[in-house]
Amino acid sequence: MHEILNNLIGNEIITFLIAAALPLVFIVPYVMLAVYLERKVAAHIQDRLGPMRVGWHGSLQLIADFLKLVQKEDIIADNNDKKLFNLAPILTFAGAYAAYAVLPFSSAYIGSGAEVGVFFLVAISSLVVAGILMGGWSSNNKYSLLGAMRSAAQIVSYEIPSVLVILSIVMITGTLSLAEMSDMQTGYFWNWMIFGGAEIGLTKFLLIPFMFIAFIIIYISSLAEVNRTPFDMPEAESELVAGYSTEYSGMKFAMFFLAEYANMFAVSALVTILFFGGYQSPFGYVGNLLGIEWLVPIEQVFWFCTKGILFVVVQIWLRWTLPRVRVDQLMALCWKYLIPYALVNLIIIGIITLI
Amino acid sequence: MAIRTEKMTLNMGPQHPSTHGVLRLELEIEGELVINVKPHIGYLHRCFEKHAEAMTYPQVVPYTDRLDYLASMSNNFGYAVAVEKLLGIEIPERVEYIRVIMNELNRIASHQVALGTYGLDIGAFTPFLYLFRDREYIYDIFEKTCGARLLYNYIWVGGLSHDIHQDFVKDVKAYIKYFRPIMDEVNNLLSYNKIFIERTANIGVLPADVALNYGASGPVLRGSGVKWDLRKNDPYSIYDRFDFDIPVGQGWHGTVGDSWDRYYVRMLEMEQSLRIIEQAIDNIPDGDVQSAIPKRIKPPAGTAYTRVENPKGELGFFIISDGSVNPARIKVRAPSFVNLSLIGEICRGHLVADIIAILGSLDIVLGEIDR
Amino acid sequence: MKTYLKNTWEGLYTVFVGMVITFKHMFTRSVTIQYPDVKIKLPERERNRLYVNMDDCIGCLQCERACPVECIEIETVKSLPTEELGQTSNGKKKSLWVTKFTIDFAKCCYCQLCVFPCPTECIKMTDIYEFSEFERENLIYNFATLTSKEVNEKKSNFEKMQAEKEAEKAAAEAAKAQKAKAETEEKEVNNQESPETPGTEKKE
Repeated sequence: MHEILNNLIGNEIITFLIAAALPLVFIVPYVMLAVYLERKVAAHIQDRLGPMRVGWHGSLQLIADFLKLVQKEDIIADNNDKKLFNLAPILTFAGAYAAYAVLPFSSAYIGSGAEVGVFFLVAISSLVVAGILMGGWSSNNKYSLLGAMRSAAQIVSYEIPSVLVILSIVMITGTLSLAEMSDMQTGYFWNWMIFGGAEIGLTKFLLIPFMFIAFIIIYISSLAEVNRTPFDMPEAESELVAGYSTEYSGMKFAMFFLAEYANMFAVSALVTILFFGGYQSPFGYVGNLLGIEWLVPIEQVFWFCTKGILFVVVQIWLRWTLPRVRVDQLMALCWKYLIPYALVNLIIIGIITLI
Repeated sequence: MAIRTEKMTLNMGPQHPSTHGVLRLELEIEGELVINVKPHIGYLHRCFEKHAEAMTYPQVVPYTDRLDYLASMSNNFGYAVAVEKLLGIEIPERVEYIRVIMNELNRIASHQVALGTYGLDIGAFTPFLYLFRDREYIYDIFEKTCGARLLYNYIWVGGLSHDIHQDFVKDVKAYIKYFRPIMDEVNNLLSYNKIFIERTANIGVLPADVALNYGASGPVLRGSGVKWDLRKNDPYSIYDRFDFDIPVGQGWHGTVGDSWDRYYVRMLEMEQSLRIIEQAIDNIPDGDVQSAIPKRIKPPAGTAYTRVENPKGELGFFIISDGSVNPARIKVRAPSFVNLSLIGEICRGHLVADIIAILGSLDIVLGEIDR
Repeated sequence: MKTYLKNTWEGLYTVFVGMVITFKHMFTRSVTIQYPDVKIKLPERERNRLYVNMDDCIGCLQCERACPVECIEIETVKSLPTEELGQTSNGKKKSLWVTKFTIDFAKCCYCQLCVFPCPTECIKMTDIYEFSEFERENLIYNFATLTSKEVNEKKSNFEKMQAEKEAEKAAAEAAKAQKAKAETEEKEVNNQESPETPGTEKKE
């Protein structure tokens, strides 16, 4: 990807800038689609229709909302810490956005071909905690502070089960790079990690139940990472109004919003790469069938986005089904249930790979 | 060495998404633990009792609607029974049967709001919408009968304002058939959900003797294991002719008297109300619903106190009459007012998030508390 | 250990059951309607805005008395015996001019207590519910059909009639007083002619 752009433009710096801004081209339409889907899925679950008036069946509602948010007054209270207040949404969004650098959208494009992809992803998505804490503290509001503290505790604790599960996948595939992991799951859908991996043998069939358990664990922790129900204590509407983003209005609120949805896709994408084949198609490529070589990367982008959005829809579905978990029960769930299961899972998978 | 903590006073102000109305709660917390809760009421005071002294007896009925605005029929019922006791008149059978059916339908509607908003406080958004959709069907039945959807002015002193409409029996039977499976669905979605149980079991445990000492009534009292229901223990109207059970909290998922018990008692009460309606709907006798309404209500001087079983608890009306067309004094014993006084007692030692759960399980309506 | 595993299993199972329920609901028809484009037909007993048919109103003030919030204001003027106001639709003869009939819908609580006492059933509740206004004064609906000139005319007619009646009454009183005076004078004269009756002087 870099070579193509480099040849086209010739200037290294501009190539890097374009490659860095490319995920934005994905994120903005994706966020519009995700928010629209959220409202529509929520409405249909609740036996109603959702937005219907703006555009065909409400599809342009997002643009209306965005315009409304942009033209709102930017309220900063007197006692707020102005520097932190302005910095918080930017930092939160930066943390979510930086994760897109290592996500392989297709075999031809990856933002940065780092060898330590997974490691980088886990580390940089913790930047969000700093942003949230800043937002809560500088709001000068007891409720926001409570919300921010809870959120920080939650994100930091739920990193551990996800890292344990990621470790088990790393043990099987032997590599930290996300692009290589996706490459290893080529073929048809029974080569995906959730069905035991690409090598046929006894290990493949032994691994399947433990892969399912690992998938459930990482999915639950990813819900907690992005502060979605049932773990949305920090933004609990009925208790803290809106938690750490109570005092924000206008464009800054939109940034928090954007950051949340971008984060949702990032963790869903991680789950698909680890377990569901990343950008690989379940049935083989049309491009290969027809003999058109350059169609294949485009198809891979399509499959990657579809799978990611499918998991985002499952997250939305869960939000509207489940009640909220209380803060101390959230911690108990993480430390007393998820971590022991993840550890035991890790050990068993390690033993199986040794066979 | 204990950590030195400081007490913080947090105000859950009059405008809050989860206090059911304009209620101000002053919490004293240390970190997340609650030390004390003080409710401040009076934001919805509309001088009902003083105003009633200037109205004639039939004119008070629209005002009683607005006491507990989620269960208007029950308020009307209580007032009508009180004034009928003062007057000493006999009510036709048809009127009694229709009153009971309307009262029970309103009980179901009120419990639907209670359960729906309780789920909303805990974070489950969908059961709220399902229960409100079902409440709309009850509203449609009421609308066809008396023309209004929330504040009915239907049960008058001595009778009813309108006779039931033609399709009443058919509509009510269709509703009973429709609503039974919905209760199972909401149970599967919300009541038996592990997260919900974790949030509400063992929270806000109310021992039976404390409840009796504070004067609690309704599902709050029954959730603590005390089997006391005015429809069976002190029957009024024709409730002694129907066969129904009184659900009592048994500590299904925790201790007896916790929030889950109070929640589930309401769910079971809806089922029992359906049973009563089923028994009553087939046996409505014929007659004229307006024959016993006196032309001018001028009760002899005296006092009367009657109590009825409101969905929220025991609603009492105390009326002093001095022989004129206006009552001299009406005093309302509101069940939510008494139930709210419990909150300081049962909130100690819980987290801030539990206050919401406990308040929701007490099911208060500010219209009653402030009158 | 057993409760630990039981908790895990229950947690996952109940979440799964809940998800199945919401999944089924994703594909059911919605129960809402698109309101401004589609409106439901309301039942006939619906209680929304009031309507007064002034041809039938006899000015009995029953609805004003029955209203618990005092939102109806009626003023009537008695008509002259020579004027013909016509009849209501159920045969009653009208004898009062209704000069003011306003209902303040900002106060009306839609309780329907005014509909029942009306002897000619001229005040009714319709099913119109979309009548919001920008100014509060626009919610005071005026139902009387007399123009202010006519109102003044009726009032002055009434006052004239009252004045005439007063004059007649005064004249009748004066005539009666005259007659009584004449009678007492006659009695005096009669009394003076026969002074033997005892005790008459004391009575004066």
